[in-house]
Amino acid sequence: MENRENVSVAIVGSGGAGAITAGHFLLEAAGSVGWQGLLSRTVGPQIRGGEAAALVRLATHQVEYLPDRFDLLIGIDWLNAHRFGTEIEVGPQSLVVSDPRGGELPAGIAAAGARVIELPMKNMAKAIPDGRANMIALGVAARLLGLGVDVLSALLERRLVGKGPAAIQASRAGIAAGFAAAAEFDFDLRLDAPKPADTRRWLVSGNETAALGAVRGGVRFAAAYPITPATEILEWLAPNLAKVGGVLLQAEDELAAINMIIGSSFGGIPALTATSGPGLSLMIEALGLATAAETPLVVIDVMRGGPSTGIPTKSEQADLNIAVYGCHGDAPHLVLAPQSVGDCLFTTQWATYLAETLQSPAIVLSDQFIGQARAIIERPADVAFIGQRYKATDIVGAYKRYALAANGISPMAMPGTRGGQYTADGLTHTERGIPTSGEHDHNAQLDKRRDKLARFNFGDHWATIEGSGDLVVITWGSLTGVAREAIERAARDGVETRLLAPRLLSPVQPERFAAALDGKKRVLIVEQSHGAQFHRYLRAHYDLPAVRVLNRAGPLPIRVGEIHRAIMEWR
Amino acid sequence: MTISPVDLRPAYKPADYKSDIKPIWCPGCGDYHVLMSFTRAFAQLALPPENIVVVSGIGCSSRIPAYVNCYGFHGVHGRSLTLAAGLKVTRPELTVVVASGDGDGYSIGGNHFLHACRRNIDMTYVVMDNHIYGMTKGQPSPTTEPEFDTALSPGGTGLRPFHPLVIALASGANFIARCFSGEPNETAAILVEAIRHPGFSFVEILSPCVTFRPDEAGWKNLVHPAPVAATSDPAKAARRIMTDDGFNIGILYRGNRRPYQPAVGQASVDLSELEKDFEL
Repeated sequence: MENRENVSVAIVGSGGAGAITAGHFLLEAAGSVGWQGLLSRTVGPQIRGGEAAALVRLATHQVEYLPDRFDLLIGIDWLNAHRFGTEIEVGPQSLVVSDPRGGELPAGIAAAGARVIELPMKNMAKAIPDGRANMIALGVAARLLGLGVDVLSALLERRLVGKGPAAIQASRAGIAAGFAAAAEFDFDLRLDAPKPADTRRWLVSGNETAALGAVRGGVRFAAAYPITPATEILEWLAPNLAKVGGVLLQAEDELAAINMIIGSSFGGIPALTATSGPGLSLMIEALGLATAAETPLVVIDVMRGGPSTGIPTKSEQADLNIAVYGCHGDAPHLVLAPQSVGDCLFTTQWATYLAETLQSPAIVLSDQFIGQARAIIERPADVAFIGQRYKATDIVGAYKRYALAANGISPMAMPGTRGGQYTADGLTHTERGIPTSGEHDHNAQLDKRRDKLARFNFGDHWATIEGSGDLVVITWGSLTGVAREAIERAARDGVETRLLAPRLLSPVQPERFAAALDGKKRVLIVEQSHGAQFHRYLRAHYDLPAVRVLNRAGPLPIRVGEIHRAIMEWR
Repeated sequence: MTISPVDLRPAYKPADYKSDIKPIWCPGCGDYHVLMSFTRAFAQLALPPENIVVVSGIGCSSRIPAYVNCYGFHGVHGRSLTLAAGLKVTRPELTVVVASGDGDGYSIGGNHFLHACRRNIDMTYVVMDNHIYGMTKGQPSPTTEPEFDTALSPGGTGLRPFHPLVIALASGANFIARCFSGEPNETAAILVEAIRHPGFSFVEILSPCVTFRPDEAGWKNLVHPAPVAATSDPAKAARRIMTDDGFNIGILYRGNRRPYQPAVGQASVDLSELEKDFEL
């Protein structure tokens, strides 16, 4: 048997068939025996009756992205699977398990040359009281991967405890039937033994780790309006903020949400909202207010396909322009992007720290892929970034809220502080905060707000920089892990390549960027945006050597193989 | 000899609540009197100025935070109630007063008005209603009469005016009053009651715009005290508000809904507990 360090499984069914549940059980069972992995769901916008697939990658090590092709594809049914287009690819080495009553195999999959085994999962489930076909599929996958029935049984006991013994028994019987059927397949996907865990492991989504990062950074108030794919952040924060003395308000719309957090932060309580593209569009006016009034806050934008309503359930990296340039006027603020499920914690915590320190709004550009992927990760290390706002205390004489200072950061009086009374204002104001329309104060305050960001030392966290070579792959956000794997693959082919992935997108870091590109001859820019927004952003702010761009709109993710090919073609 | 209890609260004068910024309003604007009512009410309540926050949006009325010696936030157009909600929920010990106008509060901010009434957070919402957009020089607002002729609506809008008090009542406001800016002492007295009343208090102040609505100079002859005392029965209040002449001045409704105020500030678990759910 060949060594196998990772394996990928896609379980497909129409919405409500339980494909996603089967995938979650598979991931969690694999995690319980020490494997790591990741699950991304891909679904249509419908709650029931649309298309749904659990895309699961399991490995002996931490993984951050999906494979180019799936080793095993199980179709509980194919009713709406054509809507996935080429999102789920299989190859000649793959196995497709298909229920003959589940409709016709999509043409792209049929043409891939994979081995196809028909298995009447629906009928098998019918033979079991309350049986469901998704548990048959789970049994098939578990058997082929080498997961024991006992592991799945233990998981069922934990996960279905609320549904009663009959439900557990039905699921167990389904898994056993799938297991028995797969024993006849003569197809082996067994993973190597897991590496022993030296740290605790988490099973989390990027939305959850982002929320925890914000709370660790000091956030104690959130206000938000539900929106796919950001809602999980809010649903995690609602009970957990309450535990630490904070609160979440569900706002009537995003305009309310962003203004509520401005109010909280003005009062001294660090605050956050989470949204996606359409919500960010609504928040832009108030983001300008927070910039002008120098009110710290954090906005997590879990990017989805745009423009307009776009593709609510699928990932894209096309909110870069609005995040960096969306405000009217000259309104410098912080924009950051996490690079993996685990990094959502660090980046959001750091964003909270930076927002508080620099008295500025911070936009965290997560995306649907890392936001909603569930991954088994090693517990991220604790970091010391806890928001510390420069507050005005013991005020004597006339207080100047917007006093000019060498580093641009002026002490902020919290309501309740005697002598600190001032009016925060979106109008151009003097150092005292008094409205003015004079050019002197306008320029002085514009300079102040620019300089406080430009003069701050952001340290090494500003970017991930790895490897050497004449070619630099520049990417950002959730594509960082994909690019890293492509670079490793190129290295095995003898081509050294550098990875540069800025975590801090605004303010730009010209000196650090130039140092990272020093002596390099070619850059390959990789991004999930139809208009190549990241490429244009880099062009606007940095000097680049020869450039090629690998860009595409969502939802079809840019694959490791594509980046690897682009590297090899341009070495 | 009689021994009287000594009031240990610091004595405040209305002037203690005035900032050193000279108001920029047209001569004769009703909002000057509203400012006077604010400072008188604050002095009567003997609230330390640093514990009051006046939040506003955009418009003539929304300039008021800068003119009081309290904390203030002059935010974007129409969103003052939401900014105030986030502030009050997280800093419940502060006294929060929101100042708005008929354009800011009823048009661009209309949705927030409904939800602020419904949410019933303990704050006071003061709308200076002059039935016109003053700062942009005379366009019709949601309370402008249908036949009122403007450059933007030649011959009038033909639209029925918005009835803010009815909407406040229907949406769940816990205290509803109408005032006239020309009666600053009476207005101050009502503001004191509104600030004291738990939950969301809505005070509509008829505040003439002498520049774009010179006809409103006649309001002083139309206003009259409400003939009956405030009710806590919403059905009664609805009938009165819907059938009065719009110049009925006084407290019209005092509800007894419990304000919305979640417990904040006290952690029940250590921060490190939060990651427990994540562990495999």
